[in-house]
Amino acid sequence: MNKRHLYVLSGVLTIIALIVFAYKVFVLHFPLSPDTTSDSWEIEVRAAFRAYNVPVKLSMYVPRSTSQFALIDENFISRGYGFSAKNVNGNRRITWSTRKASGRQVLYYRAIARRVGSNYPVLEAKSEPIKPAGYEGAHRAAADTLIADIRAHSADLDSFVTELIKHLDSPGTDENAALLLGRKPDNERRIRVAVDILAEAGIAARMVHGLRLRELQRDLQPVSWLEVADKGVWRPYDMTTGASHLPDDYLRWWHGEEPLITLKGARELNTRLAVRLIKESALSSAAIRGKLATPGLVDFSLLSLPIETQAVYQVLLLVPLGAFLLVVLRNVVGVKTFGTFMPVLIALAFRETQLLWGIVLFALVVGLGLGVRFYLDQLKLLLVPRLASVLTVVVLLMALISVISFKLGIERGLSVALFPMIIMTMTIERMSIVWEERGALEAIEQGFGSLAVAAVAYLVMSVGALRHLVFVFPELLLVLLAATLLLGRYSGYRLTELVRFRALTRE
Amino acid sequence: MLGRIRRLREAGVLGINRRNADYTLRYNPRHLYPLVDDKLQTKRLALEAGIAVPELYGVIAHEYEIKGLADMLRPHDSFVIKPAHGSGGNGIVVITGRMRRMYRKAGGLLIGPDELAYHVSNTLSGLYSLGGYPDQAIIEYRVQFDPVFEAISYQGVPDIRIIVFLGVPVLAMVRLPTRASEGKANLHQGAIGVGVDIATGRTLSAVWGNETVDEHPDTGNPVNDVEVPGWDNLLRLASRCCELTGLGYQGVDIVLDRSLGPLILEINARPGLNIQIANGTGLVHRLRAVEHRHRELDSVQARVAFARAHFAHGG
Repeated sequence: MNKRHLYVLSGVLTIIALIVFAYKVFVLHFPLSPDTTSDSWEIEVRAAFRAYNVPVKLSMYVPRSTSQFALIDENFISRGYGFSAKNVNGNRRITWSTRKASGRQVLYYRAIARRVGSNYPVLEAKSEPIKPAGYEGAHRAAADTLIADIRAHSADLDSFVTELIKHLDSPGTDENAALLLGRKPDNERRIRVAVDILAEAGIAARMVHGLRLRELQRDLQPVSWLEVADKGVWRPYDMTTGASHLPDDYLRWWHGEEPLITLKGARELNTRLAVRLIKESALSSAAIRGKLATPGLVDFSLLSLPIETQAVYQVLLLVPLGAFLLVVLRNVVGVKTFGTFMPVLIALAFRETQLLWGIVLFALVVGLGLGVRFYLDQLKLLLVPRLASVLTVVVLLMALISVISFKLGIERGLSVALFPMIIMTMTIERMSIVWEERGALEAIEQGFGSLAVAAVAYLVMSVGALRHLVFVFPELLLVLLAATLLLGRYSGYRLTELVRFRALTRE
Repeated sequence: MLGRIRRLREAGVLGINRRNADYTLRYNPRHLYPLVDDKLQTKRLALEAGIAVPELYGVIAHEYEIKGLADMLRPHDSFVIKPAHGSGGNGIVVITGRMRRMYRKAGGLLIGPDELAYHVSNTLSGLYSLGGYPDQAIIEYRVQFDPVFEAISYQGVPDIRIIVFLGVPVLAMVRLPTRASEGKANLHQGAIGVGVDIATGRTLSAVWGNETVDEHPDTGNPVNDVEVPGWDNLLRLASRCCELTGLGYQGVDIVLDRSLGPLILEINARPGLNIQIANGTGLVHRLRAVEHRHRELDSVQARVAFARAHFAHGG
């Protein structure tokens, strides 16, 4: 009858869950196990200068989030300065300005760069304007000869650039290159010449600046490299190796000829760059990656919640796991427990007390509570006042156990406070009724069953990998839901029934 | 283990999951449960349909009415107090006589009026009711049971449980109190269940706990081959209860009173499964047979005739 409906529903739930799960694992690279870590760096630019009571304007390039590094927690620290940010030519540039400032001024830019990918960011280069170098005379002749020479030795754009870099790197052997580079060329000069020569050859190229991210370094110097437009994207070239590949710790910052900071109206500019490595879990970096790729998915996930709330859900998401276990143990195995979900709640309390101590403390409180309950029975109290009395006694017992164990120096005893007291009270009440009506054996059997289920639930819920999985991939709970729905129509024998009906299996 | 599952399946033994998934959930609409869960309602329905039930002496629904308990009980030497929403025989007190101000329980123990009032108060608070909701206490006639089972029961009231599926009686047993069950006829409290052949009304072997036994544990008399008097009448009575409640799968509890004849004690929407052990047979095959044929069976006579023809023991 409704079985097909049930199968379809369970199937759909499972498929949806697995699709989301697969997307998060294979595309966003959410970690499957809890202890993968990834790296973040704290970057700081400190610009100090002296102002002389005239308007001051400081412009600075700041990095932008790429598919390699995501920038988070950006801070612009300045007192009394107006602040604006805009995109110029694919660069991000901020400007601090003030009408009047005097004396020493210090402005800070701070951000956290989190690694989200290892490959160089893909930047579009569509019909980039080529600025002619404007060589004349001997320089023009040298450039033409050099281009002709390199063309003869190269097959495509990539080999052209590599060959050019080789020529510029060892100018002693090539007088044309030496002429263009001038005396004692530095890295920046070589890049500038490379850009010019590529422009003469009709190829768009530009100088790029960035930082090399280290463990911890102060007074860092920006590094520069060459970017060449190739088939619609900018490709990086290392000027020392000539390779179209950069180490993955290069953070791309800005491009162009201009320096990092330009200052107007003030003097004695002193710029300091610092980086510091921060180790953190791969999870947050995957979340950032997800935010860049599909904003909705992560924004509406548990990872977007405040840390304290996340901690709550880390526990709450385990409850369905325990409930599923309970379904299996009760409906497939046939274990008898007090109350339907009591064992799961006890198992949650075990998380704090640890298993052995949890069982000892639970048995202690319930045992003593039962004693009190049997005594109260003589007073013939009404149900609700009796429950309230037992509850009071349970709370007092818990406090007493905490105090005594603390005096004895047993730290664990303190965690008895985390037991759900209402559940304990109801357990005591139910147990005493079963005790009276069906005998001590049955009561102890059910109590033992509850405790055993709680212990198993605790053990399952404390598997770190499972905890991680349900928290990072809550959609997996849909698979659990599908399995629970199917078990809801399970009509086979319970394992305990094999024993119960054994008289009927004898021929 | 797999072999055991196979043997159980071949024997047609109904497990609790299957009972719930395929029978009670499917054939017993939830909205009808109050009719059987509330014994007052069952009683009223039965009376309207002209089915005999133990006479109602009184109902205590509120705490303040407990003061009037003694007055209510004064005219009666013996009576039964039970929760209107009780389950599994919990909270039932059988009083067989008096001793000055004291009441004598079925087991012979004396209890005072205070203790009895406390019991009623507990009942009202919902201690014995399904789900712990506030409840009412019913005080009714104590059945003077027919001597037919005298030799094989230890105090208390033996009753007859008949499982009725879609109006057709499929399995029956006599529940005999033992010393362990303190006069109660519920199997899980220690009573023994003796299977009854639907075709002949004669008792078969018995189940005590989960074990098969042949003698009553207290009296030592053999429990098998006792003929239940007026068997056809009992089957028809049970069959009629199906129309009474509208439940497709139910257990009807009947007592045989010495002078009043069969009385409906209560109806259970989730009857237990140990009746299968008592009869040494599973339920599934019989339930299947009824599912196939019940449309043709349009009268109580036809249903009972079908049951007697098809559900003979060992057949």
